[in-house]
Amino acid sequence: MKVLVPVKRVLDYNLKVKVKSDQSGVDLSNLKMSMNPFCEIAVEEAVRLKEKGVVTEIIAVSVGPEQAQETIRTALAMGADRGILVKVDGDVEPLAVAKILKGIVEAEGPQLVILGKQAIDDDSNQTGQMLAALLGWPQGTFAFKLDVASDKVTVVREVDGGLQTVALELPAIITTDLRLNEPRYASLPNIMKAKKKPIDVKAPGDYGVDTTPRLKVLKVTEPPKRQGGVKVKTAAELVDKLKNEAGVL
Amino acid sequence: MAVLVVAAHDGATVKESTGKVVAAAQKIGGDIDILVAGDNAGGAAASAAKIAGVRKVLHADGMGKQLAEAMEALIVPLAANYDAILFAADTTGKNVAPRIAAKLDVMQVSGLIDVLGPKTFIRPIYAGNALTTVESSDPKIVATVQPTAFKTVGEGGSAAVETISAPGGALKAAFVGEEIAKSDRPELAGAKRVVSGGRALGSDEKFKAVIEPLADQLGAAVGASRAAVDAGYAPNDYQVGQTGKVVAPELYIAIGISGAIQHLAGMKDSKVIVAINKDEEAPIFQIADYGLVGDLFTLVPELRAELEKAGV
Ligand SMILES: Cc1cc2nc3c(=O)[nH]c(=O)nc-3n(C[C@H](O)[C@H](O)[C@H](O)COP(=O)(O)OP(=O)(O)OC[C@H]3O[C@@H](n4cnc5c(N)ncnc54)[C@H](O)[C@@H]3O)c2cc1C
Ligand SMILES: Nc1ncnc2c1ncn2[C@@H]1O[C@H](COP(=O)(O)O)[C@@H](O)[C@H]1O
Repeated sequence: MKVLVPVKRVLDYNLKVKVKSDQSGVDLSNLKMSMNPFCEIAVEEAVRLKEKGVVTEIIAVSVGPEQAQETIRTALAMGADRGILVKVDGDVEPLAVAKILKGIVEAEGPQLVILGKQAIDDDSNQTGQMLAALLGWPQGTFAFKLDVASDKVTVVREVDGGLQTVALELPAIITTDLRLNEPRYASLPNIMKAKKKPIDVKAPGDYGVDTTPRLKVLKVTEPPKRQGGVKVKTAAELVDKLKNEAGVL
Repeated sequence: MAVLVVAAHDGATVKESTGKVVAAAQKIGGDIDILVAGDNAGGAAASAAKIAGVRKVLHADGMGKQLAEAMEALIVPLAANYDAILFAADTTGKNVAPRIAAKLDVMQVSGLIDVLGPKTFIRPIYAGNALTTVESSDPKIVATVQPTAFKTVGEGGSAAVETISAPGGALKAAFVGEEIAKSDRPELAGAKRVVSGGRALGSDEKFKAVIEPLADQLGAAVGASRAAVDAGYAPNDYQVGQTGKVVAPELYIAIGISGAIQHLAGMKDSKVIVAINKDEEAPIFQIADYGLVGDLFTLVPELRAELEKAGV
């Protein structure tokens, strides 16, 4: 079966964002961009399914600027077979990404789409669920464990309070949580090989999608800064402060 | 204007987060209805009806574990009656809301922390390191609400409960089972006090032996960093942070946690933060009200003894 893996290019998770002084957004200039960590987990899961012989072809898709090619190359180096870049400059909201992905699914016919549960820039946690709704497919979000059979997939999900297991008919949508797997690093030979793998370049219009944002950003600000407090020397002093100064005991 | 709040509940009663989402709904304005969907959730529907200022409660039984596919079939037809549909930003809300939004061709507002007008909201991005104020141009609002950002609406109402039927038709998803830990401790997301442990605990035995007794002494919920969860010291639903739970208790005690931005995203709005860490340069101390530098394996027992002396 074919698997589609949408991968987003985001600010590297180790870096701290700077809000622009004119409050128009965050300043990403000259900062390292990487694949969204949850998308790495999605690629890894697809590659493992291919290694097990369940999956025959992995297509990595990114919606973003020209440089999102690099994110696709990373997926190819990890083991994806080919890529599709849907080129758009500027922010694309999850709803529009989901509509583009729907178009790609209709063109490619995958049985599974594995997405990250959340992009660590917009923190939306929407795209997979939206794609599932648009396609009328079942969804297994926040996946902790997957078991793919020929006509169904069993998904153990991370939920408040513990774990939940659902069985989904294929085709289905999966979104990854942190503990589904530990993504591999691409080896140098695989990085070289990835350079020869094909990437198709498309535009949102090819799928009839208008990417004009629905949410107008009025301003982006820094959150109120929390002031660091004091260091106490002993547990006794701590209890005294909590009781008599903070009043929380 | 009318707003539909989709309740979080355990069948017997609605969770406190529902009252907080109602508070967000009040800021949007208009009539507020609550939807209680589940199995044998009559108790929850009755408790929703008591929330102050609610017009009516819609009660749908036969909804099982509120699978997203079933919830979509239930809620989308109701949407015509509402200008806004709100969920708590818990795992159920996050699972269901985007399906509704996509079906209504609406761009969802995720995890809003303030309502500035019927269509204008503030929400955190980049693990809470930036706040964005957005205005929706969609005809309807579909949003998840960060409950910790709102003061709960108390009781005092007596809304009518209207029974609605669960949608028929086969679903392509089925509930198979769950492993939900039973605990006498308060629920992490709404707890007044939280004691969290990090990678420094070193094993699940030590996590249990050091973190849990302190939590129990304080009547606190137990939380953990991602590193502690990944290492198997604590279950996944203990994770506090950008991609775990967001908490804002009166007292948050971080023990052997360095204070990565992804962790801070989940607890920096706590009223009082205490950090215990042997590295005096640990970033957690930059936001802690009270820091105690040293080895947690000696300091936590000392803290317990001092609390006991103080009658806690
Ligand atoms: C996509 C993504 C999502 C993430 N989401 C989350 C999230 O939701 N929540 C989260 O917590 N993290 C999250 N993380 C992980 C985060 O970046 C950090 O790796 C993690 O929070 C570190 O956990 P820690 O503080 O327990 O471990 P460490 O960073 O290893 O810190 C351990 C601390 O313990 C101290 N210590 C060691 N021994 C002792 C001792 N004997 N006594 C006292 N102190 C001691 C050390 O000085 C150190 O400061 C995420 C990361 C990614 C990439
Ligand atoms: N621009 C994009 N290009 C490719 N995939 C995306 C894009 N935006 C979101 N996704 C996918 O959707 C997941 C969740 O993103 P979000 O809904 O924005 O939090 C990501 O982990 C990706 O798998």
